[in-house]
Amino acid sequence: MSQSLEAYLVLSALLFGIGTFGFLAKRNAIAMLMSIELMLNAVNLAIIAFGAFSAELAAQFSTIAIFVIALAAGEATVGLGIVIAIFRNRRTPLVDEYASMKE
Amino acid sequence: MELPATVPYLDWRWDDLLFLLLAGVLLGAALLVVLGRDIIRSALWLILSFAALAGIYGLLGSAFLAISQVLVYIGAIAVLILFAVMITQSKRGPAKLVFNRQWWVGALAAIGLVILLVLSILLTEWDPTATVQVADARDIALTLFDDYLFAFLALGVLLLAGVIGGLYLARRDDDMPMTNIPGGVPDEEEAV
Repeated sequence: MSQSLEAYLVLSALLFGIGTFGFLAKRNAIAMLMSIELMLNAVNLAIIAFGAFSAELAAQFSTIAIFVIALAAGEATVGLGIVIAIFRNRRTPLVDEYASMKE
Repeated sequence: MELPATVPYLDWRWDDLLFLLLAGVLLGAALLVVLGRDIIRSALWLILSFAALAGIYGLLGSAFLAISQVLVYIGAIAVLILFAVMITQSKRGPAKLVFNRQWWVGALAAIGLVILLVLSILLTEWDPTATVQVADARDIALTLFDDYLFAFLALGVLLLAGVIGGLYLARRDDDMPMTNIPGGVPDEEEAV
């Protein structure tokens, strides 16, 4: 089982689904950012699994995975900065109370 | 002491057992992140899921990526998230309703997406190698600083831009009325 590509890909799909549900259902903006991190981790797991089961491209896939990790760090910085900036003005981290941004 | 070739009584291979354990911890912690009510606990479960994922990377032969996962995700991103939670949490504790009103639509969408992904994974003819290929740090470094050098430099510039942007967004602006005064958020929600 630990030597089959499908097991890792199914695990990655399940993790991505959990992240999707969290992103769609949570009210707290920071919880939504956590769900995005879960989804990024799922994609990273799929990338590394593909690399580990390809004959010559293991290093290439690992490099791409490092890029994804670095981009996730940048995304977390900017996303949390935005959440804190909105929190300053609206005094709540709950996204469904940001409805006046529509007006 | 010599370990037997397979797990006693179960006749599984040891790395299969390890994979199942890590996958269980990963999915359980991820579910607790999403379903939990207390956001601080969600953040701590998120750290556990990052750690389990680092173990799975190790099982896949990528020791370097497992170390990167621990350093970047647990060391940096999780701490960042915990700080943001502590800044934005009101003193009254976690909100009663953690899900919005249309949460069941999100659940349906997520379940449909998982079914679609799993079906497409299982119905595809993959051509994997028989065993896990190990990418050591030397191979990764040669690839990163040779084939992907431009992308690596662009990534450095992007991270710099991200740091500056994050600082600008979270900066304290003295002209604006502030809410993060010491002593917590003013009690406006009680009037609502």
